[in-house]
Amino acid sequence: MSPVSAVMRRELRSFFVTPMAYVFLVIFLVLAGILTFYTGDFYERGQADLQPFFVVHPWLYLILVPAITMRMWAEEAKGGTLELLLSLPLTLWQAMLGKFLAAWLFIGLALALTFPIWLTVNYLGAPDNGVIFASYLGSWLMAGSFVAIGACLSALTRSQVVAFVLTATVCVLLILAGQPQVLDFFSGALPRKLINALAYLSMLRHFEAIARGVLDLRDLAYFVLSTAGWLVAGVLLLELKRVR
Amino acid sequence: MIETERLTRRYGQLTAVDALSIRAEPGQVLGLLGPNGAGKSTAMRMIAGFLAPSSGTARVCGHDVQRAPLAARRALGYLPEGAPSYGEMTVREFLVFIARMRKLTAEMGRRRFDEVVGWLQLEDVLDTGIDTLSKGLRRRVGLAQAILHDPPVLMLDEPTDGLDPNQKHTVRQLIDAMARERTILISTHLLEEVHALCNRVVIVARGRLLADATPAELEARSRYHGAVSFSAPGSGVSQEMLGRLPQVASIEVDPLDGRITVFPKPGARILEPVEQLLREQGLEVSEIQLERGRLDEVFRQITTAQDAAGASA
Repeated sequence: MSPVSAVMRRELRSFFVTPMAYVFLVIFLVLAGILTFYTGDFYERGQADLQPFFVVHPWLYLILVPAITMRMWAEEAKGGTLELLLSLPLTLWQAMLGKFLAAWLFIGLALALTFPIWLTVNYLGAPDNGVIFASYLGSWLMAGSFVAIGACLSALTRSQVVAFVLTATVCVLLILAGQPQVLDFFSGALPRKLINALAYLSMLRHFEAIARGVLDLRDLAYFVLSTAGWLVAGVLLLELKRVR
Repeated sequence: MIETERLTRRYGQLTAVDALSIRAEPGQVLGLLGPNGAGKSTAMRMIAGFLAPSSGTARVCGHDVQRAPLAARRALGYLPEGAPSYGEMTVREFLVFIARMRKLTAEMGRRRFDEVVGWLQLEDVLDTGIDTLSKGLRRRVGLAQAILHDPPVLMLDEPTDGLDPNQKHTVRQLIDAMARERTILISTHLLEEVHALCNRVVIVARGRLLADATPAELEARSRYHGAVSFSAPGSGVSQEMLGRLPQVASIEVDPLDGRITVFPKPGARILEPVEQLLREQGLEVSEIQLERGRLDEVFRQITTAQDAAGASA
């Protein structure tokens, strides 16, 4: 078995030995339901699709992904197990990838458990299931970006609380970056090109199309690249801590 | 084999390990001895690949820890300070995880698992969460982790710290049994451990190597080396007469129990003359002892001389 999958399996198991994983799953499902049905006008819209459901995903991830990723490195640094892990024959990359995959698969499980909503919409009408599938995939990719941010920032500190706050802050900034209010705020101070770049960084902007079921290659590339970028940053951070 | 060449680690202004060159060969148990904060753990962390050296190199079985980190780590079993392990796992889960990380084959993994669990007497706690184990058991789990892949080189950071005398004895026996064809580096600040385990000692303080010798050589540096001590309760042993012996340098009497220690002049052997004198005088001596030298005294002398030098510099 490769070190990546050994680390991944250990991490996944560690989620489930504490009640945390179950609490996370329940909160995720309850919040997803409430937000979809109450604030998303699921019924009133009179359309058989899951757009109101997918639109709330960035906000769900904002709270719940940092809760999953905060312990990733911070706990190991504090408990001394980091020394144990990093003196085993594996590269920092393998360790990072194993941990990332575990958290990402866990979010994937949470996402899969929202299937009753999918059943509901199929019962009520005849939605385009291809669109729904694409949106699920897009949402999971976006979750990957959030997890990668959390993985990187958890490597920065020994404190899980600090890791949570940092991750949530960066995530909310990235979600909101493309909102008109934010862009208007900066439009006086920054040149047009930077404003456009800022808008391009926005998670929401890339996810909106996905929530409607449109899988644009550029949006997918955005999530894949930002995931990779944050993971690279995380590995560099760990390497820096080894040298410093 | 473990070799370091001018291994150095700086944290900002502080030099935790300062140009440390040590060498441990197969069959050898090398003790890294030093006061707390001497840089023992930092040196070990660099050899284990957890920290990168600021300068200098370390090699494990010839593999440079910077250039061939994975090969070096494969050859090494390492017990970090405090024996950290994943508390939420059971002992079995933890060891299986280590076996996977070490890429042991199923057959080899099972065989080593049984052997190691047997040696360290972990059978009864295999399915207990590590968090709930006593300190001694957790230390044994840490040792099990370090030796699971049967490494040619073993590095143990304070392996008996916090154990009771029986557990210490068990761990020392284990290290002794493994020492034959392996290279073992242990760090400790316990002098008794040096006697019990090591066939060579490196004394470190403030990150610098201060002595590299066998325990016997170190003892020979003690002023107690070759001294004779005895208790002669109720008899007025004449210190004057002892002092008149040509081989004797000085005499000390312990104010608490009245034990008399006679120090020899350099190179002189005084056990026989002292015994003879006592016999001639017809003095009752309950027991008489030839001192090997006191490691704690040598240790203090070596490490505090360094402190004084550092303070005046």
